[in-house]
Amino acid sequence: MSKESVTRVSADQISVRRRPSASIAVVGNPNSGKSTLFNRLTGMRQKTGNYPGVTVEKHVGVTHVGETSLELVDLPGMFALSAHSLEERIAADVVLGRIPDMDRPDGILAVVDSTHLYQGLYLVQQLMELDLPVMVALTMTDAAVSSGIHIDSDALALRLGGIKVCPVIATTGEGIDELKVALRGLIESDKPVVPEFWEELSTVSEELARELPATVPRFEIERALIDHDSALAQEVAGYLGDDGEERLKACRERLFGSDPPLANEARRRYTWVRGVMNDVQHAAPVIATWTSRFGQFLNRPIPGTIGLFVVMAIVFQAVFAWATPLMDTIDGATATLGTVVADNLPDGALASFITDGAIAGVGSVIVFLPQILILFLFIIVLEDSGYLARAAYLMDRTMRSVGLSGQSIIPMISSFACAVPGIMATRVIPSRRDRIATILAAPFMTCSARLPVYALLIAAFVPARSVGFMNLQGIVLFGLYMLGIVAGLATALMLRKTALHGPKPTFALMLPEFRRPNLRTVMMQLLGRAMIFLKRAGTVIFAVAVVVWALAYYPRSEEVHIASVASQERAAATLSGESLDAALVRIDNETAAAQLEQSWLGRAGKFVVPVFEPLGWDWKISAAVIASFPAREVVVAVLGTVYAVGDEADEATLTERLNSARHPDGTPVYSLPMVIGLLIFYACCLQCAATIAVIRRETNGWRWPIFAWTYMTTLGYLGALIAYQFGVS
Amino acid sequence: MTLASLQRGRKYVINGIDATDPDVQRLMVLGLVEGTEVELASTAIGGDPLEFRMFGNAISLRREQARHFAVSPAEKGE
Repeated sequence: MSKESVTRVSADQISVRRRPSASIAVVGNPNSGKSTLFNRLTGMRQKTGNYPGVTVEKHVGVTHVGETSLELVDLPGMFALSAHSLEERIAADVVLGRIPDMDRPDGILAVVDSTHLYQGLYLVQQLMELDLPVMVALTMTDAAVSSGIHIDSDALALRLGGIKVCPVIATTGEGIDELKVALRGLIESDKPVVPEFWEELSTVSEELARELPATVPRFEIERALIDHDSALAQEVAGYLGDDGEERLKACRERLFGSDPPLANEARRRYTWVRGVMNDVQHAAPVIATWTSRFGQFLNRPIPGTIGLFVVMAIVFQAVFAWATPLMDTIDGATATLGTVVADNLPDGALASFITDGAIAGVGSVIVFLPQILILFLFIIVLEDSGYLARAAYLMDRTMRSVGLSGQSIIPMISSFACAVPGIMATRVIPSRRDRIATILAAPFMTCSARLPVYALLIAAFVPARSVGFMNLQGIVLFGLYMLGIVAGLATALMLRKTALHGPKPTFALMLPEFRRPNLRTVMMQLLGRAMIFLKRAGTVIFAVAVVVWALAYYPRSEEVHIASVASQERAAATLSGESLDAALVRIDNETAAAQLEQSWLGRAGKFVVPVFEPLGWDWKISAAVIASFPAREVVVAVLGTVYAVGDEADEATLTERLNSARHPDGTPVYSLPMVIGLLIFYACCLQCAATIAVIRRETNGWRWPIFAWTYMTTLGYLGALIAYQFGVS
Repeated sequence: MTLASLQRGRKYVINGIDATDPDVQRLMVLGLVEGTEVELASTAIGGDPLEFRMFGNAISLRREQARHFAVSPAEKGE
């Protein structure tokens, strides 16, 4: 927009049209309060996408400072520019301007946790050498004060060559306005002169710069000298000519002697950091608070490990106990809705479509929203409070026995909610072998989509008897969770012994302090999860329910209809009163069953049933299982639709309908061995297109997803086969 | 004396590192360098891995990695 064209528009239009004038990268250590600050600055004006070629999420938001709007990019947490994991590499590549199709940011907002200046300042020094304007946000100043740390932010700014240092409390919003103004200043004012941190490095890189094209900036040469095995180092060596590698090597020897460059860099920068900390930070003796003493107690080996099991037990108890009232409400509401629609519409295809297809199908999945949200709530809180990292530390020894490290625990616990974020969480695992073994173990963890299947079958077929102080249903569910864990770990062990054989993984992990999770951050994540679930219910599951309904409803057989009308007339002629009513209901049910059996779904089910007959499944279950390969929770929707169309439709809920399902010879379809087999099948099988897709992206190929699918499906089939055959005989 | 043999409740200073192993270099990037004051905070069940504190940061590593770091008791240690 040129300055001459003055057109008057209303204020709300401006904010829509105004394009961000500059882009600022938000960079910081993991757990530095970076994302909380980002959410505070951008509010709901966020977009989430992916970086090209990888599944690392890219969070972009806009913040307004007066007339200026700035684009903020929230980068994955990083400790240093020398990337150790995939997430760190992405973050480093963004600030170095090495991401294809993405402009280098115009400035950097370095987020430093005031209680963790030590590692924070290390990164700040590296960032300041990148020839971009940098400013610092000092987060968690409230926590610093309560733990007796005082930071002189003016003195810090001075030590950093006069760049802006803004203390903020992201959780309350204190200091945010000043930070925003400073952000605008960062872009608009001239770049401050950066103090010379490392003279020898500058001299050597300047010498090299004279021989290189002007397009290679100084900071790239410096990083190439330090990160000797990076892609950047190879590029710079290429520019230097055939002897580029040797030239760089000679320069490194001059700079670092026989010391590894990284070690030299760490020694040098941390010496500076310690000096700065001496100047700007004053620590008063810390008074032992109740929480810190509790933290100390949980740090001891045995209380810590017992604590971990107690926490996990509470989570799974809550998922079942707390969700029940809400689930009953939703269940009642869908049943009522179905009845109301059925009563107000004429009998026929439309009524059947709405009640049996849409309401019964989608409703049977929506019911599980409370359970899934409670589960996600716990996982998010555990992660946000820093507890998951502690779990990784406590479980490292156990994980070592299956050839993994404690770092694999975090993806696995996340997978109890959903394997997709779980698999993405493996990106912090540095070794590729460990990472793939963890990726293949993760889908075995009982995810929230398995929960509806388990909950339905357990509620319907496992008696709610007390065994000691526990409930039999609870024990079965616990057993299924254990089955998932054991199968996952056994798979990892098997892979580490064969295809992924390699050196023992190392383990180094920063343990964040325990802290109260931020309500806003937790709620935003939870809301995001609820939206994903509802979107799935509204699109994929709705579509499957509709298709399954159509397959189960059509074609309508004229013969069956005529036979039904004939028997109704016969009954009316010979019977009267109650016995007539009973006969008419029986004829209706028989008609529905006959129509279903000759429907497309019935024919398809009968075609595949020989494969599943050894597992004790009839054609309805076989069809439902096949339909649920793209998303396992679909089986509940399909069963909901199939049994609403069929002769069990009289019963009010799906549970009751399943219970009254009979084989032609009158025996119950859902016998205990068959149900146990079905549960084992669902515990093992990889029925999730989203997981397959994420495995393909994270492992860069089809080899591992195909292996995982085949392996898990075979395991599920064999498990169900053994359970049924063993139980029957 | 190495990082693998600290007593709880006492402070130590790192005074020598064998930095040839890339995993050790990573630990140095995380802050375990000569001159860093460290304390043993806890051990997991079975005595491994170990949790150390340095300047308010908690870091956890295994015994075998901790052996690469030589330490001496801090002068002002209580």
